[in-house]
Amino acid sequence: MTVKQLSVFIENKPGRLAEVTGYLSDAGVNIHALSVADTTDFGILRMIVDDHNSAREVMKAHGLAVKATDVIAVGLEHRPGSLAGVLKELGRAGVSIEYMYAFTSRSKEHGAMVIIRLSNQAEVMEKVLRTEVRLLGEEDIDDL
Amino acid sequence: MDTQTYWNRETELMPRGRLKALQLDRLKTTLRRVYDNVPYYRDMMRERGIEPGDVKSLEDLRLLPFLTKRDLRDTYPFGLFAVPFEDIVRVHASSGTTGKQIIAGYTRRDIDTWADCMARCLVMMGADKNARVQVSYGYGLFTGGLGAHGGAEKLGAMTIPASSGNTQRQINLLKDLGVTVLCCTPSYALYLAEALAEMGYTKADLSLKAGCFGAEPWTEKMRVRIEAGLGLKAYDIYGLTEIMGPSVAQTCSCQNGLHIWEDCNIAEIIDPDTGEVLPEGQTGELVITTINKDGMPLIRYRTRDITRLIPEQCECGRTHIRMSRLEGRTDDMLIIRGVNVFPSQIETVLLSSGEAAPHYQIIVERVNNTDSLTVEIEVSEKMLSDDVRGMEELGNKLRRSLDSVLGLTCKVRLVEPKTIARSEGKAKRVIDKRKLD
Repeated sequence: MTVKQLSVFIENKPGRLAEVTGYLSDAGVNIHALSVADTTDFGILRMIVDDHNSAREVMKAHGLAVKATDVIAVGLEHRPGSLAGVLKELGRAGVSIEYMYAFTSRSKEHGAMVIIRLSNQAEVMEKVLRTEVRLLGEEDIDDL
Repeated sequence: MDTQTYWNRETELMPRGRLKALQLDRLKTTLRRVYDNVPYYRDMMRERGIEPGDVKSLEDLRLLPFLTKRDLRDTYPFGLFAVPFEDIVRVHASSGTTGKQIIAGYTRRDIDTWADCMARCLVMMGADKNARVQVSYGYGLFTGGLGAHGGAEKLGAMTIPASSGNTQRQINLLKDLGVTVLCCTPSYALYLAEALAEMGYTKADLSLKAGCFGAEPWTEKMRVRIEAGLGLKAYDIYGLTEIMGPSVAQTCSCQNGLHIWEDCNIAEIIDPDTGEVLPEGQTGELVITTINKDGMPLIRYRTRDITRLIPEQCECGRTHIRMSRLEGRTDDMLIIRGVNVFPSQIETVLLSSGEAAPHYQIIVERVNNTDSLTVEIEVSEKMLSDDVRGMEELGNKLRRSLDSVLGLTCKVRLVEPKTIARSEGKAKRVIDKRKLD
């Protein structure tokens, strides 16, 4: 089970992120999770949203380069050690993480979510993650 | 005015009438030779129903078609050589519009003629065999280094083949060896002047008297700054690989136009749109016919440089016609750190990489007196990666391809789609921010 992540190329200049998120706001798209990977000149904005089709359309309409990628969303208990446990599993299996980002809510049970992009994702999901952790689908995320 | 000395007194002071007769004589010989030896020229002339014998006066040169960079590309690499291969002793090259080089071939006599013209230029700057000439043009396929070098050695000066780069060493050589004449690009001369100050020296620590600067556009203001910074008199030298290299023309101490060596070249000014020859004194495109070159004679070669001829007799005594400082180009060629760059070369790289839609913009700036070239490329959906490293790798890959095709280091900046200004749907390709003053 994977979820769609949208990646957007954004130049590194003041106000640009506000503009881009503004497009989503105008289209009534809600953002569940977000991270920005940046260099001096540009950044890549990665997002999990409630309606990736609309989000993609509106950003393309504004001339942005958008890419959809399948990523893994892992639901975790919001308590010390739960993330470390998952990462330890991945480490033990020799899996490398290309990037990840996380957020939490007030709920103790499944109150934390980690978005992970792995190098050999399909295989890892099959062998390592399937039984060990709770993978979230898009509907699960909407319900969080 | 200082007392004038000349390297080749007889030629440089030749009365105009005799000079014109010499030109006609050499033109006829050249035409006969290329007609007999170069099929490309023979076909061009036959197409127009012309034979070498039809050219009976210098004005009859107009009967002949123009030659363009395209012809040089079409005949690449050896198609315009007019001597048996065994007589060619050297080639130089410069870049063409599609990244393909243009090759120029020289016989031993051509190298000697070139050195003679360069020696005239050096003497025109007041140099003699006691001079210490530092050549800080790049040595290699570029004609600057070896061209200036040949003239300096022919003059009998102490020649220092410093080549380009390593500024600190350049300054040390200038200072320690008591260099009197410097040859380099004008932007590099300005850079050296600044580096000199940074190293805690002044022009008083140097012995420079004169410098000849060329291979890129510069202005009177730059000349004044170079002269003040390095404590020398700056001369403007002109040349192009296709014709010979540096020493096709140079300013004399009167600083009012560049003398074109007319015993080797016939200069015409044409309307770049109609090809019509303009009356003397009018501004247009410079067209050169070589009449004293064996390896690769060029007939009516369109230089794409905009200038005008100054027919009045010069106070320096030289009878050879002058042209004014270059006023621009008729094409989109950029000269960056002495290297010719065509926007189409960049487009070719981007297209052949398979990555980029060719939405790009070239930004040329002068930072610390050195030209810097940045290529901005719009990121298309196809290029986009969700991974920053992937994007950086893409940028680096494009930069490496551009570096190797252009022959100079550039920067690549990835920008958002549709951010490069377009006018009438066509992107403005070149932003030249260099302030030439």
